[in-house]
Amino acid sequence: MAELVEDRATEVMTVNIGPHHPATHGVLRLVVDLEGEVVRDLKPVIGYVHTGIEKSCEEKSYWKVIPFVERMDYVSYFFQMEAFCGAVERLIELEIPPRAKYLRTIFLELNRIHSHLVWLGTTALDLGAISMLWYCFRERDRILDLFEMAAGQRMHTRYFQVGGVIEDIPLGFEQKLREFVRDMPVRVGQYQALLDRNEVFLSRTKNTGVVSRERLLELGVTGPLLRAAGEPWDLRKAFDYLAYPEFDFKVPVGTVGDNYDRYRVRVAEMVESTRIVEQALDGLPEGPFIADDRKYVLPPRSELSTSMESLIHHFKLVTEGYRVGPGEIYYAIESPRGELGCFVLADGSAKPARVHFRDPSFVNLQAFRDMSVGSYIADMICSLGMLDPILGGVDR
Amino acid sequence: MPDAPGLELIRGEIEAAHPGAVVDTGFAQERAVLSIDPAHVLAVLGWLREAPGQGYRFLSSLHVADYLPAEPRFAVHYELLNRGRVERIRVKALLEDGSPAATGPAGQRLPEIDSCVSLFPTAEFQEREAFDFFGIVFKGHPDLTRILLPEDYVGWPQRRDFPVGGEPVTFTYNERQYG
Repeated sequence: MAELVEDRATEVMTVNIGPHHPATHGVLRLVVDLEGEVVRDLKPVIGYVHTGIEKSCEEKSYWKVIPFVERMDYVSYFFQMEAFCGAVERLIELEIPPRAKYLRTIFLELNRIHSHLVWLGTTALDLGAISMLWYCFRERDRILDLFEMAAGQRMHTRYFQVGGVIEDIPLGFEQKLREFVRDMPVRVGQYQALLDRNEVFLSRTKNTGVVSRERLLELGVTGPLLRAAGEPWDLRKAFDYLAYPEFDFKVPVGTVGDNYDRYRVRVAEMVESTRIVEQALDGLPEGPFIADDRKYVLPPRSELSTSMESLIHHFKLVTEGYRVGPGEIYYAIESPRGELGCFVLADGSAKPARVHFRDPSFVNLQAFRDMSVGSYIADMICSLGMLDPILGGVDR
Repeated sequence: MPDAPGLELIRGEIEAAHPGAVVDTGFAQERAVLSIDPAHVLAVLGWLREAPGQGYRFLSSLHVADYLPAEPRFAVHYELLNRGRVERIRVKALLEDGSPAATGPAGQRLPEIDSCVSLFPTAEFQEREAFDFFGIVFKGHPDLTRILLPEDYVGWPQRRDFPVGGEPVTFTYNERQYG
């Protein structure tokens, strides 16, 4: 029998991590080649929660697509709605009223804070800071309460409609939101006090998962990951959409591009988002909250019992839906994870011929190999948390 | 977004270097669109990326649209972005259904186009997705396998002629029927 030759120092072992593992933040499978504890190669395997949403959208009239696309990236549902509604509005050239723009901006920014809170809580949990999860989810709950107050749902609210928003904000909403806006910067300060001088957190995040800015751009990475590497690229500043040009806010950037910078950028973004919400609340214009085009927007409930025309419009919109003339559009917005683009192809019927989402998690995941190869397996887990992929958005 | 004369200048310069590359130009919903012959896709994308004064160095999105029953049927969309000037341009490579060279699992002819991973590494996942759902073969892609669907899946589900709800799903009440 031949003697088994084994060099324990250089033996490469292939390990499967996931798809069901708490540290993968969803149903993500990683095939990792390990040499000791060092990652030598890595391949993400995705598709475990592919539900064919894009295909299903082709069978739905335009207004029924909205709740569908919300369920792709289930943490930033307002952004999915805005990407789709904004794309359709641009196809039919429907201008939305200023109040709707402001309301949308408020809810998008609240959603950004919510998304970053989920990220901070779960990522800190991966790094052993268990208490962070409870603190972050405490504030997240207040945001969900606000969503519930305005839309009736805590998640997947279907609040944005083509033409504006479904309902105006209720009485008492503004006061509750002002309390939140007052408290949130204090809470962010508390999170930083817990983490910024925490020896374990610092040594786990500093100088780990570094990828150069040039490489990130080649890989198409956008959002906080790119900004942490020092590139001040933010679609809210670069392109003119919703009410963003009217607000004063900063785009936080990092210097090194390591996991610590990624953490710092996102935490700073929470404060900036709070500022945007506050300014939007101060400047919230009066007026209609949804456009007044009866060919696309449901007539008010009160008119249905008095106006025959409204009843017909209502009936047509609810049964067939509105038709969108032939055309195609790619509309991109800045989601918490980067450039969220929505491609809609209209063929003149009441259903879209194709809906495609350029999901930032899907594209950003390509950088994970660059972040992790050559690092320890523990740093790989940290990098994955800082990458913040939402697998519902990756697989769609 | 380049304006109309700008787009015609781009067309003229590409035509001078690669005759027959540009099929059509146009504007659609806030976007300059350059429709091209798929045989020249790398030349056009490379020119838009490298030529002085162009510098569309960021590929925002690569996706496919199925224009059935129009001919050519497919188009691969490249949403290019110049971050310095904040300008977007869309390049559409129009693809006929089924070239003779490539064949799929059931002997089916698949449309083919050159992979742009060498120019834009970000296209790797997105080209795999396009292959997965539309059966478009990207020549020169390092690992052209299915990405979201199971590797043994047969068919190209996001094509317009692929039916929705065609697969039986087993529940307990119809277990005997579909078993």
